[in-house]
Amino acid sequence: MTLPDAERLLDRLIDQIRPDIRPESALVGIHTGGVWIAQRLHIALGLRLPMGTIDVAFYRDDYKQKGLASAVRPSDIPFSVENAHIILVDDVLYTGRTIRAALNEIFDYGRPTSIRLAALVDRGGRQLPICPQYIGAEVTVAAQESVELRRDSAGHLSLTLVRPS
Amino acid sequence: MNGNPQLGPDGQLRHLLSIEGLPKEILLQILDTARPFVSVTEREVKKVPLLRGKSIFNLFFEPSTRTRTTFEIAAKRLSADVVNLNIATSSQTKGETLLDTVANLSAMHADMFIVRHAQSGAAHLIARHVGEEVHVINAGDGRHAHPTQALLDMFTIREYKGAFTDLRVAIVGDILHSRVARSEIHALTTLGVPEVRVIGPRTLLPARVSQLGVHVYHDMEEGLRDVDVVMMLRLQSERMNGALLPSAEEFFKYYGLTPEKLAHAKPDAIVMHPGPMNRGVEIESSVADGRQSVILPQVTFGIAVRMAVMSIVAGN
Repeated sequence: MTLPDAERLLDRLIDQIRPDIRPESALVGIHTGGVWIAQRLHIALGLRLPMGTIDVAFYRDDYKQKGLASAVRPSDIPFSVENAHIILVDDVLYTGRTIRAALNEIFDYGRPTSIRLAALVDRGGRQLPICPQYIGAEVTVAAQESVELRRDSAGHLSLTLVRPS
Repeated sequence: MNGNPQLGPDGQLRHLLSIEGLPKEILLQILDTARPFVSVTEREVKKVPLLRGKSIFNLFFEPSTRTRTTFEIAAKRLSADVVNLNIATSSQTKGETLLDTVANLSAMHADMFIVRHAQSGAAHLIARHVGEEVHVINAGDGRHAHPTQALLDMFTIREYKGAFTDLRVAIVGDILHSRVARSEIHALTTLGVPEVRVIGPRTLLPARVSQLGVHVYHDMEEGLRDVDVVMMLRLQSERMNGALLPSAEEFFKYYGLTPEKLAHAKPDAIVMHPGPMNRGVEIESSVADGRQSVILPQVTFGIAVRMAVMSIVAGN
């Protein structure tokens, strides 16, 4: 199958999120693809609060099987999570385990009023009761394949299907 | 079976016993992993769930408040359960051997041992006898090694100085008895610091120290000239009773860090000390508390670095 154009999906996300924006709204992007998308959304939506970034490595549920990932990036939430309306942003939504980890991490910063979830693509296959409020597109790919978001030097986003070699 | 007891068959770090023998990539992996842990310790909830349900035993056969406390805090911030065992209150005083102590604690399902011992090689011995799922971290053994101190110092240097590859670093004081100095020298050279100097009286420098690839100075002002980093060592008071040093006053005169001596280093040089400090013996208070001192940040970074080491070994 051909994957949709990431830039068009980004426009769709912007249109979906815009009506829900309030003064206490803030974006938190999940490294790495989610951060790229959150950066674009943040500018397009003209948000007052600065955007946050998180790396969920310290909250993953597969540490026992896989150990600690190399190259963990510092999480940075530069606004008060207490009473914020957070929109959590990821590139590809799949099992939901990354989102579970991100939710736990956010609550270690404080108690937000609400958290909503935005994903550029939803490939189904959820293993946890997690449901996005904003999605660019739903795609169907085989279990052994993965969908990757890439960003070129000009900042242009694109989706690539990666097959096992 | 590979020759390095610290590494698993896959080349990953299973125990941290000494800096010697560790590749640069593993040192950098630890430093890189420590950075996000610094962010964790600045949050409201200074805790992550990585080692939830793990039991970590602090086995301190030698007194140490700071190192034991920072390991304990680090373990707790990883959500592990920590048990502190001090020699004075343990059954070792009743004649139990080191390995019997460890075997008993392993039977209580210990997942990790943090070991401080006056005997060089104690942590290695324990690492050779624990089960496959148990990890050992050396928190100082005799005159041999103190790897987490060296790593937190490397982290501190990188925070203040950036790259290692154009630095001049001086280590000052009692090199002979210092496990910290040995670990620092291995870490600095492995990370590519081009010029490592050791400064101290002949009686406190090991005979073959220059074989470690360091430059030896007996004159402190000469040794400090144009250095970027000054690493002071603690002068252990028991050394002053022996024949190695005439007196603390005499040592301070020649090797105590004063503003006058520090002026020979680069103007932006940083001053480090592993603690606990003997003010007026190896360092003057005005330097210890001065603008160039990074001694307290070292303590803060020490927690993040120990969190990184524990979470890397426990996952391998």
